[in-house]
Amino acid sequence: MELIFKIIKFEFSNALRSKWILFYFSFFLILSFLMFNFEDETGKAVLSLMNIVLIVIPLVSIIFGTMYVYNSNDYIQMVLCQPLDRKSLYFGLYLGNAIPLALSFVVGILAGFIFTGANTEGIAPILILTINGFALTLIFTSIAFLTAIKFSDKAKGLGASILIWLMLAVIYDGLILFVTYFFRDYPIENIILGISLINPIDLARIFFILDFNISALMGYTGALFNKFFGTSLGVLVSSGLLILWFVIPFLFGLRSFNKKDF
Amino acid sequence: MIELKNIEKSFGKYQVLKDISLNIEPGKITAIVGPNGSGKTTIIKSILGLVKPDKGEILINNKSVIKEHLYRKDIGYMPQVASFPDNLTVTEVFNMISDLRKQSVNGNANLINILQLESEMNKKIKTLSGGNKQKVSACIALMFDPKIIILDEPTAGLDPVASANLKKKIIEQRDAGKTIILTSHIMTEIEELSDNILFLIEGKIVFDGTLKNLVELSGQAKLENAIAAMMDKDFKWN
Repeated sequence: MELIFKIIKFEFSNALRSKWILFYFSFFLILSFLMFNFEDETGKAVLSLMNIVLIVIPLVSIIFGTMYVYNSNDYIQMVLCQPLDRKSLYFGLYLGNAIPLALSFVVGILAGFIFTGANTEGIAPILILTINGFALTLIFTSIAFLTAIKFSDKAKGLGASILIWLMLAVIYDGLILFVTYFFRDYPIENIILGISLINPIDLARIFFILDFNISALMGYTGALFNKFFGTSLGVLVSSGLLILWFVIPFLFGLRSFNKKDF
Repeated sequence: MIELKNIEKSFGKYQVLKDISLNIEPGKITAIVGPNGSGKTTIIKSILGLVKPDKGEILINNKSVIKEHLYRKDIGYMPQVASFPDNLTVTEVFNMISDLRKQSVNGNANLINILQLESEMNKKIKTLSGGNKQKVSACIALMFDPKIIILDEPTAGLDPVASANLKKKIIEQRDAGKTIILTSHIMTEIEELSDNILFLIEGKIVFDGTLKNLVELSGQAKLENAIAAMMDKDFKWN
């Protein structure tokens, strides 16, 4: 445990000096400031932010995480030559990467919110937004780590990461649309529901919308989800699945890291 | 002290180490030589646990070290290409490793001095030249006074003064009873430093003995010629 904290501490001091983190923080700060400034209702501003968050956070987390593992390769080798077990190093690297990213987002969004003082609907929507962004950062960083450790070749790994993001953020929606259209004469609701469970971005959207309780904005899978599970069970199931989306890639990544040759 | 038993390792289809068994004599400098891609670095990395062998056992002080990590507190390692977190200064890197190892620095000032690193201490790693990074790496390998020192091409990229000083330091360490493993392609350096030679060709040990034996066996006067003769496919091993 002590070693994990030591690595996180070093990774933190490294990350805080990196211009990327500052840029990422400023991006959310400005975005949140603008949204809350120009939008009278907190709800609408949060919704617009959510739509951006659902695209940007997975993309940045997965690319940043993948690059981070490749760029740290020599550093990992150096640390592994010290009396330190691989598990502690993996935890340290992961948290040292994911926490600064997640914090830049959370602090950026909250600071913009507080500066503008736009608060018509209480703190709940913005809290759900930050929880969601935080979760997506953790999930996509763990997917990024798994990808980067599985592929020794940097170009292949980065390509795979971008492809995963593209699949989950863009192509996936089209796929669902295609399936619903093509099989519109069949009772495929449960299948669609099943498919939506395997996409963390969709889950995050559902989680957000169920909490927010705006059925008009739920979309097809959101409405299905609501119908099937009801609001409270829906929130529970979606958050449980989001946790699985973090835990499973993380554990597979750790396993590969333990076996990897450096 | 360090013993490898029947180590095998493949990367994909390519078998890098073929049934390697060896003993590294304590208190001596052992040089691992061989052509590029013969498995020198893989042996070193297996000892360090960076590479996981497919088969076989590695014992240090009669204890198996595969899947262990604490034994590395007795090892100082200087890799072929040194790399550290870019945004940290040299001093911060030293402190970081000292903190991770939970060991205090021994004779660090002296090392910094002989490797002429004083003026670099507060510079960020990314601004250092390749040679200066190597010096930082050499410092790290030696500064915790480890019982085993592993140096992968230690003088490659160093300026002549630093290189000479480092070699002096290596001999000093040997005389202090440390076990040293090094690889190098500079034959004069091996002649100067090593007591024992491990000669690898295509992942197999073809010679394991003293420097003198090797030269005698090859029938050549110089180590350089001896090694060249032995790399020849037609060389007859007795």
